[in-house]
Amino acid sequence: MNAPVPATAVWDTARIQQDFPILSREVHGKPLVYLDSAATTQRPVSVVEAVRKFDLTHNANVHRGVHLLSQEATQAYEGAREKVRRFLNAASVREILFVRGTTEAINLVSNSFGTSKIGAGDEIVVSSLEHHSNIVPWQMLAERTGAVLRVIPMSDSGDLDQEAYRELLNARTRLVALTHISNALGTVNPVREMIAAAHEHEIPVLVDGAQAVAHTAVDVRELDCDFYAFSGHKLYGPTGIGVLYGREALLEAMPPWQGGGDMIASVSFSGTTYNELPYKFEAGTPNISGAVGLGAAVDYVEALGLEAIAAHEADLLDYLVAQLSKIDCVRLIGEPAVRGGAVSFLIGDVHPHDIGTILDCEGIAIRAGHHCAQPIMERLGIPATARASVGVYNTKADIDSLVAPLPQIAEMFAR
Amino acid sequence: MSMLELYQEVILDHNKSPRNFRDMDCASHKACGKNPLCGDELDLFLNIEDGVIQDVSFTGTGCAISVASASLLTEKLKGRTVTDAEAIYREVHMMLTGESDVDPAELGKLAVLSGVCQFPVRVKCASLAWHTMHAALQDRSEDVSTE
Ligand SMILES: Cc1ncc(COP(=O)(O)O)c(C=O)c1O
Repeated sequence: MNAPVPATAVWDTARIQQDFPILSREVHGKPLVYLDSAATTQRPVSVVEAVRKFDLTHNANVHRGVHLLSQEATQAYEGAREKVRRFLNAASVREILFVRGTTEAINLVSNSFGTSKIGAGDEIVVSSLEHHSNIVPWQMLAERTGAVLRVIPMSDSGDLDQEAYRELLNARTRLVALTHISNALGTVNPVREMIAAAHEHEIPVLVDGAQAVAHTAVDVRELDCDFYAFSGHKLYGPTGIGVLYGREALLEAMPPWQGGGDMIASVSFSGTTYNELPYKFEAGTPNISGAVGLGAAVDYVEALGLEAIAAHEADLLDYLVAQLSKIDCVRLIGEPAVRGGAVSFLIGDVHPHDIGTILDCEGIAIRAGHHCAQPIMERLGIPATARASVGVYNTKADIDSLVAPLPQIAEMFAR
Repeated sequence: MSMLELYQEVILDHNKSPRNFRDMDCASHKACGKNPLCGDELDLFLNIEDGVIQDVSFTGTGCAISVASASLLTEKLKGRTVTDAEAIYREVHMMLTGESDVDPAELGKLAVLSGVCQFPVRVKCASLAWHTMHAALQDRSEDVSTE
């Protein structure tokens, strides 16, 4: 098993790539160039091994057995929770809820906080940069309750209009739901400032951190956010596990979302008392080995160091933007003031799906489509984009591989 | 599979200059097809008299595969009977899903679409026009979706 590189070591991408055996496979007879980490990151051996070790030696249900395996499983699961707490610098493990992913985290808030605190005529502010998973749950809530969705507009560059945002905040606003980094355009939102602005009106803020946690250090106390959601599979961890951080006072006041085992203190037909945090929000048997894998993923990125990761990726993205800008017919979609994780582009009027398929023939994996952010596409008047996104294992050579065929694609499709 | 095998000259040409790319006022049958994943959207028009397709055209936007497939469809079906059209529809469907070898004599130029079956996510693009045509023949008025 490959131990993660200590944070003090010099950055060595070749060494990091060895932690990801999938990167040495071929696709359509060509070496794989993986530039789709915004969709899902690849998993290092240490994560796969942690899950395997748990499954093969410690597997049992949590919080209920008196036997040793159950105690070990509980320790592993709660150990992962503590790792996540440290990773986010949350005050207490009571604030760390394990969920299926970002989508479930947001649905938990919209169902529990939303239904109890948001009523007819109340307003929920979202941004025009949101992923569908931070739009649809709020639309569903609005439909149920008669609340109104207000949308922060964005500029052509893909930056949110901060003045318009401040004007949207008012006495009826009950929540701001905001992405930290846009998966479609790579915009890094000034979330700390935006949270502070909402707090001036005592409005809580949910941050969708799906695209942020793998690219930048997140400190929920420094951000002062009220909810922070992310998915394990975009942080080099497994699918089916994610996290909702919630400020303890808010979580305490919120009703449970799902009912069942584990979330109760005692059940009787004359009434049920709910378990304490975080278990109140974890009904049923959780994804135990997924949590263990997520804990190993947190260890992995912490060993590399979030600052080193951010520097490595900023370097790659600068290079990618520079290389793309050299090609005449390539148009960058979104040129945000601060970029993280991804770059969207178009080539002439070639449909992004054709770009994606041609690159796939060359072994290059990118994403083509609307990136579950159709309102952005509508705003920019395009059906879709091609998107390249980077991770710890990418190199400038990967970017050269991506950029090399683009002029030829343009020529092939030239009208 | 190289990119040139999938994006053959015929496909690039039909994408660049789609045939019968126009509205039809006097259509006896029409349908709208959508591929939500790609955002492909096309309207297909047929003018059928006495069981014969007198005219067929389309409008819309999409990737090269879906536009070329629609363009090739219009070329193939003009002047054919509705019964022929349904038979061709079935053959194309089998070709795109890789269920049978193509009979080049029967499908002619449409055989250039056969490479698509190696790209499962693109099969929907190539089949959109055909499903839409099928729906138009059935006189189904609701939109067709490949989802
Ligand atoms: C910004 C953003 N939010 C939310 C999600 C949803 O994450 P998941 O599908 O893991 O729940 C994604 C995934 O693409 C995303 O990029």
